[in-house]
Amino acid sequence: MPVVIDHRPGKQITPPPGRQRRDPAPSRLKYRLQRVWLTPLYRRVFRVGVPAFALAMVAGLWLADEDRRAMLTDTVTTAVTKVQSRDEFQVRVMTIEGASPVVDRALRAMLPVDLPASSFDIDLAALRLQVLQLDAVETIDLRIKPGGILSAVVKEREPAILWRHARGIDMLDAGGHRVASVTSRDVRADLPMITGEGADLATDEALALFDAAGPILPRVRGLVRRGERRWDLVLDHGQRILLPQTGAVIALEAAIALDRAEDMLGRDIATVDLRDPTRPVLRLGIDARNTIRTARGLPMLAPDGSILPEETEG
Amino acid sequence: MTDLYQTQRAMRNIRRAALQRGVIGILDIGTSKIACLVLRFDGTGTFRETDGVGPMAGQVNFRVIGAASTRSRGMRRGEIETMAETERAIRTVVAAAQKLAGVRVDHVIACLSGGRPASYGLAGEIVLAAGKVGEADVASVLAACDTPDFGRGREVLHAQPVNFAVDNRSNLADPRDHLGNKLFCDMHVLTVDGDSIGNLVQCIRRCDLELAGIASAPYASARASLVEDEQELGAACVDFGGGGTGVTIFVKKHMIFSDHVPIGGNLITQDIAQGLRVSLPVAERLKTLNGGVEATGRDDRDMIDVGGETGDWEADRRQVSRADVIGVMRPRVEEILEHVREVLDAAGFDHMPSQQIVLTGGGSQIPGLDGLAARILGPNIRCGRPLRIDGLAHQLTDPSFSSAVGLALFAAHPQDEWWDFEMPADRYPGRSLRRAYRWFKNNW
Repeated sequence: MPVVIDHRPGKQITPPPGRQRRDPAPSRLKYRLQRVWLTPLYRRVFRVGVPAFALAMVAGLWLADEDRRAMLTDTVTTAVTKVQSRDEFQVRVMTIEGASPVVDRALRAMLPVDLPASSFDIDLAALRLQVLQLDAVETIDLRIKPGGILSAVVKEREPAILWRHARGIDMLDAGGHRVASVTSRDVRADLPMITGEGADLATDEALALFDAAGPILPRVRGLVRRGERRWDLVLDHGQRILLPQTGAVIALEAAIALDRAEDMLGRDIATVDLRDPTRPVLRLGIDARNTIRTARGLPMLAPDGSILPEETEG
Repeated sequence: MTDLYQTQRAMRNIRRAALQRGVIGILDIGTSKIACLVLRFDGTGTFRETDGVGPMAGQVNFRVIGAASTRSRGMRRGEIETMAETERAIRTVVAAAQKLAGVRVDHVIACLSGGRPASYGLAGEIVLAAGKVGEADVASVLAACDTPDFGRGREVLHAQPVNFAVDNRSNLADPRDHLGNKLFCDMHVLTVDGDSIGNLVQCIRRCDLELAGIASAPYASARASLVEDEQELGAACVDFGGGGTGVTIFVKKHMIFSDHVPIGGNLITQDIAQGLRVSLPVAERLKTLNGGVEATGRDDRDMIDVGGETGDWEADRRQVSRADVIGVMRPRVEEILEHVREVLDAAGFDHMPSQQIVLTGGGSQIPGLDGLAARILGPNIRCGRPLRIDGLAHQLTDPSFSSAVGLALFAAHPQDEWWDFEMPADRYPGRSLRRAYRWFKNNW
């Protein structure tokens, strides 16, 4: 601002005339370009098509060279490896809880990599599925804990029953799943024995029957699956209790009650047939029948049931 | 008249195609400003209650999505004087409206305010051979109207059937299927100078736009500013424009008369510029901001800085009283109103059942104009604003945009014109295949 303001007329500082205002009308070219730009097809082509094409073009040209492609893959691989092999991702120890020494050894053998290894190289899901293929393992909880620990919490199957079949003797758990094979019955004398085709599919029922057979358990030798539908309870001295398809436990309890009341099983009875629960049938042993036949004056029976020729006195 | 019939039919088809596409432009080329509206026809027909726009006059199926107006260039008295300048102005306004709308405008409907319009009432009658009015009879009675000599180089802008009568039953809007022996019709024909229409078409075509219809500006502004009752009972619409003043008389929803007084707002500005010795822009500012027609005592004391950038300090620092401005403006406004009175008298407006007069256009915003007009034209005067249409910005709803709004209504719902009916078979050029086809269609 000047120090002295001149107030005389006509000497005021007039602002310099601005640039000549140009024609506000768009030129014909500009007008046409604007109209082209407002056309939806052109708009889409210019906004999406051209940038996408340019991008693809540049990328394609750059990748056309073999060396550059190799360099790119190398760089990426190196970077990935560098990150994955960092100390924070290393797994050094494997801890296994709840496993027997055999399973423990098998588990360690199953680990696809040698420890220490990067946690990216261990596929926990696949490893878990692989471990679950082992019959002895029921569940396994695999996780990588901080500090580079691969922790496996194993729950092994509990053998509950022995199953004798054509190929040998297997231990089954309560659900009927194979745990391991045993060479002979004496290895696990504490386990009850079942046999027969399809016996492993009905282990719950077998276990319930063994529970129900409490008082006569010392005499029980095992259960035989018949026709994949019902059980025979086999006792020593060749005695057999034929149980029905349904309500086997109740039938067995009824038989035990009979035994208690009348010492049924202590007599010479070959078979107790409870297949029809309303009509229990007993088959007498050969000695008992011969005694009866002798008393009646009938010829005696051979152990195979045929009639013996009459023995002449003397 | 046949080739005009073909052109108008072609424009109707273009209009229909544009409505199908959904976007149509409205170009109101006036002497003082050019307005462009971009209309979107979404075709839903559902009424949206937005800022007081009611579902009255069929203006609900479109919406203004872009509007712009700019100062007109190269125009004089409603006609194009310098084509290149006008073309630039059209480009400016269309570009601005397109930018606002975000869509390209391909089809426009334009209006022409000047071109020395002349209106004719025609009457025609035919004998009904079938004893019943058929589809083709309407067309042939329209064709049977005895056309006077319009003069050289005149083009028919509007040819609207106003009234049909069968025997002695008149005032039929739709005579089809009426029984009778004779069919009469009254048609209103508005002719304008063909060259001025040609110039307008040329200008619009050079802006890469396609003309989908053309209307007379006074007709358009009357459609926008006369309410339905006024159109039905009869009213005159006076459109004060920049280059001229249009007068339209409506009755029974049809335009029956239209004329043009070649004195407008620009002449008032010119008077102020001469009378107060100021430049035209300053005069325009004085007119719009301080103008009036009724001087009061207070106006004598109301001093206005003339302003200006002439460089002559003494001249620029002058003050004029508002009474001075009014004193310059009033005689010119009175002259315009006197001319309007003469036009109305010539049209026989005194014999109309309703004497309603509606003032619209930019010039009708002069304060006190309705009082002055009431003294000259008659007691039933009102200042009309255009109908509200959906999406139009508020600053574009003043009376000077009534012809643009009217054109929008014209685009949405054009009234029947002669070329909307099938041409009678005998009017087709001889040996035409279409003629044979029409003959078969009508007789078998």
